Amino acid sequence: MASVSMTINGKAVRANVEPRTLLVEFLREHQRLTGTHVGCDTSQCGACTIHMDGKGVKSCTVLALQCEGAQITTIEGLANGEELHPMQAAFRENHGLQCGYCTPGMIMAAIDIVKRKGHDLDEHVIREELEGNICRCTGYHNIVKSIAAGAKAMRGHAGLQQAAE
Amino acid sequence: MNAHLSRRAFLQSTGALVVAFGAADAGLAQAPGSAGAPGRVLDPARVDAYLALHPDGTMTIYCGKVDLGTGLRIAIPQMAAEELGIGLEKINLIEGDTALTPDQGTTAGSTGIARGGVQIRQAAATAREALQRMGAERLGLAPADVVATEGEVRPRNGGAGIGFGELIGDRQFALKLDAKAPLRNPDDYLLVGKPLRRPDIPAKVTGTHLYVHNLRVDGMLHGRIVRPPAVDAKLVSIDESSIAHIPGVRVVRIENFLGVVAEDEWDAVRASRALEANWETRDTLVGDEALRQSMQAGPFESDEVLLKKGDARSALASASDRLRSEFYWPVQTHGSMGPSCAVADVRDGKATIWTASQGTHRFRFAFAHFLGLPEDAVRLIYLDGAGCYGMNGHDDAAADAALMSRALGRPVRVQWMREDEHRFDPKGPPQLLALEGALGSDGKIAAWRTEMWIPKATASLPNVPLLGPDAAGAKQPMGISTGLISQNASPPYGVKNVDVLAHWLKDAPLRPSNIRAPGKIANIFAVESFTDELAAKAREDSLAFRLNSLEDPRGVEVLKRAAALLGWQARPSPGPGGLGRGIAYVHYKDNENYVAIAMEVEVDRPTGAIHVRRVACAHDCGLMINPDGVRSQVEGNILQTLSRALFEEIKFDRKGVTSADWASYPILTYPDVPELLIDLVQRPHEPPLGAGEASAAPVAAALANAVHDACGIQLRTVPFTRERVRTALSGEGKSG
Repeated sequence: MASVSMTINGKAVRANVEPRTLLVEFLREHQRLTGTHVGCDTSQCGACTIHMDGKGVKSCTVLALQCEGAQITTIEGLANGEELHPMQAAFRENHGLQCGYCTPGMIMAAIDIVKRKGHDLDEHVIREELEGNICRCTGYHNIVKSIAAGAKAMRGHAGLQQAAE
Repeated sequence: MNAHLSRRAFLQSTGALVVAFGAADAGLAQAPGSAGAPGRVLDPARVDAYLALHPDGTMTIYCGKVDLGTGLRIAIPQMAAEELGIGLEKINLIEGDTALTPDQGTTAGSTGIARGGVQIRQAAATAREALQRMGAERLGLAPADVVATEGEVRPRNGGAGIGFGELIGDRQFALKLDAKAPLRNPDDYLLVGKPLRRPDIPAKVTGTHLYVHNLRVDGMLHGRIVRPPAVDAKLVSIDESSIAHIPGVRVVRIENFLGVVAEDEWDAVRASRALEANWETRDTLVGDEALRQSMQAGPFESDEVLLKKGDARSALASASDRLRSEFYWPVQTHGSMGPSCAVADVRDGKATIWTASQGTHRFRFAFAHFLGLPEDAVRLIYLDGAGCYGMNGHDDAAADAALMSRALGRPVRVQWMREDEHRFDPKGPPQLLALEGALGSDGKIAAWRTEMWIPKATASLPNVPLLGPDAAGAKQPMGISTGLISQNASPPYGVKNVDVLAHWLKDAPLRPSNIRAPGKIANIFAVESFTDELAAKAREDSLAFRLNSLEDPRGVEVLKRAAALLGWQARPSPGPGGLGRGIAYVHYKDNENYVAIAMEVEVDRPTGAIHVRRVACAHDCGLMINPDGVRSQVEGNILQTLSRALFEEIKFDRKGVTSADWASYPILTYPDVPELLIDLVQRPHEPPLGAGEASAAPVAAALANAVHDACGIQLRTVPFTRERVRTALSGEGKSG
């Protein structure tokens, strides 16, 4: 067992883990943050995307131990109390999901795209950027709409974003 | 969310339970073998099976159908609230719990609304009549002089009303469902037909929704299954010393069933990977490469004439110029995003199983059977899983969990690994069709024969045999189930001489199950592609060729509307090159939805890549309860079926499935998503039908027809891989 410390959704966390424990396992089972979903175990689907030090990362590709000192944000850390993050609100407004299993990963990936590509995202950019996230249901169309709307709504919500990181 | 099973949730759900004051009413006796929670009426013929009104004016709907991400969770309350006259905010919905909800059949075949919702609507209409009678009596008015609205019975001419809660309160209706209870006039609808939002979306965007994957119960162990390297392998020996370094792991071995459990999930995962097991494998499978040939060789269960009109054989024999083509649809997986998962607690002669099953009621018998328990000691409770589109691994995972829980006397949660899901979920079966047709002197189709080679579903089988019990040597009904895969195999164009013959195969190459729009996608792929081949032979425009012979006005309308969305220009196919367009039509199951799909594609000749640019769909499912839900289902059908037609085939060798992940079984990703143009026909005075399947059926045919229009090749084998397109282009004009 090895000790690890990190900040998850603004809260300092210290724990002992088996050294090869994946971050997604650590979040879901040890921290009981089950909003991050396991889809493929093989980094091919994107359902487990979280933010590590402000960047989108598939949490099945990172060991918990590699997150020593890191700032981790999960889907549970986005909303400000009852107030949804603008990207979450956009998914709600645009019916951006069907079964919803891929949704947490889509939302986390979407916020990452906005940070890298700005608030005015055309559909083409969104599609190219989301190639690593799959939805089987498949709500691709509404997800793209949600992200375009969410990206715009995130303008001026810098404070909220910071709070979320 | 740490979602411990909430006792409160259970109590809330039974909190409606009502003292049976009508105990003498024979209707309170429950249907045989359907013992439920105390006081619950489960007989699907009774109003109280579906609805309970509470003293505070709220209502619980008990629904045997479940929401698979499909929107039933808003649509069914819309139907019930509309019919009863109560606010949606007053409604709580319980789904798919064998102790609480009536058996309304599996959530399959696009029947959630058409059967499940319609039953609940009739229960609400019956309840409304009863409430109006009670209210009228209290108000001293005739029943005709009161109305039920906003949760009250009010005098028709105004004045104070009485709340439903006060009228029925703690009592049961003790009424049979009245098939004649009048329904509200659709012209007066306030809720039905509105794109109201699903109630489950907020928790799904905040990561707090209770999927079965997130359920934790007290004392629960985490389990993983150690799958054999080959189908039908025998477990010879295991070496437990191989996992001695992982603390607290226990092995569950029952004949050829092998699993591990641990307090910590990661320990279970590690142990399942590290455990050394020695298996005896055999080459029992035909393999994907030899599959197509093998289907025409049998062995066969039977031949069945599904349709015989006129004399197709003679008409074809005497035709001067007839066409014959073969179409093949491969084995495919449901490809759920999440690996299957379930939690089971089997102790003290009782079993409780939390499962994402599409058929909690249907599977109860099978679970009782292999657990050796009476059926009424087994309770299956539906919780959301990842979208499944037919029977994926959910029921198998539930059986795995139940076997291990019984062995250990503690609750066990089993989650499959991705590889388990791709390799072992029951698969959509392969289909092979041979079509023959000839034109008459009028340029219309004069004769048509369809021959199909398809696996036979075993009649009256309660389920597909479950993997875990099978390995464990437990008794269960053996057979196969594939859904109704022989439907929509004849042309809907008034052809006078038609034969449809099914050669039912005794077996399927891999354990099969129903997969979205079972059989109909492949059958329509064949029928509507072949219709285009005949249209091309007649040098007729594809749309006009269909409209010339189609009489059903609802069919004509969707064809015209889909074509109009795409800006269809009449001309024969193939076109001049460049952008190709194709169209296909289905009258789903010959008696349900009307759908037409038209699409535009470009084919990149050097690479063989098909780029789908625009897809237009006109969709008529009768009365739409929630157009937003219908639109999502239609979009999902189109994109998922494009994926299946363009990319998907399960590869397997003599031992087992080799397409074990998303790299070896690629599906549609964002860059391949076309523009979608969707036209939903609202028909308020027609019965409501489902939307979860029908629009999948014409997708592959429209795609093949568009490819033919673009470059002159007719693709008849799915998937339309780049290699297949290149091969077909090299022998242009011939089969693909």
